[in-house]
Amino acid sequence: MAVADIIRRKLSAALSPLRLDIVDDSHRHAGHSGARAGGETHFTVEIVAAAFAGKSRVERQRMVYAALADELRVQVHALALATFTPDEDRARRQRD
Amino acid sequence: MDQNLSDRIRNDIKANEVVLYMKGTPIFPQCGFSAAVVQLLTQLGVKFKGVDVLADPAIRQGIKEFSNWPTIPQLYVKGEFVGGCDIVREMFQSGELQELLQSRGVNVKVS
Repeated sequence: MAVADIIRRKLSAALSPLRLDIVDDSHRHAGHSGARAGGETHFTVEIVAAAFAGKSRVERQRMVYAALADELRVQVHALALATFTPDEDRARRQRD
Repeated sequence: MDQNLSDRIRNDIKANEVVLYMKGTPIFPQCGFSAAVVQLLTQLGVKFKGVDVLADPAIRQGIKEFSNWPTIPQLYVKGEFVGGCDIVREMFQSGELQELLQSRGVNVKVS
């Protein structure tokens, strides 16, 4: 299974997100120390989930990291994260 | 986690107002995420100690356990864990980083 699919499955199970965007950025890091042949090492993930309500930024990212602990130990070298509650996401979209 | 190692980290974040655990040095960052945080701190005129985790495998693993945070860079202000690159960047953009630094008595260049 592709790493992005594993990330999607695990985050869906842990956080029941309303929206989950996963982008594999590995090609942008080719040749860099954390990159591997075959890629699937660098990801950007944007998550909208009610579970983030009332949690600090640090707490939110820890929730994501906990769900992906196995992947971060082995395969995933970098994970850029943006976390929003449904309310924050709505407010953000209205501003754009 | 090894007691000496956690003591070393504790001493570092106590002895220095702002500490960035990073890949490479502030002059030569070895990773785009570390470079991004260095650039923000520099832009704010914040004096900080950079700890190069690539130069020390024990610290590289140890800081992840110490902070309960699996990635590098990691920013500490007055002994308090602030976050990694995404969080620091978001806080910079919203002005929260500048507020946090000032409220902890760290000199920030006001632009």
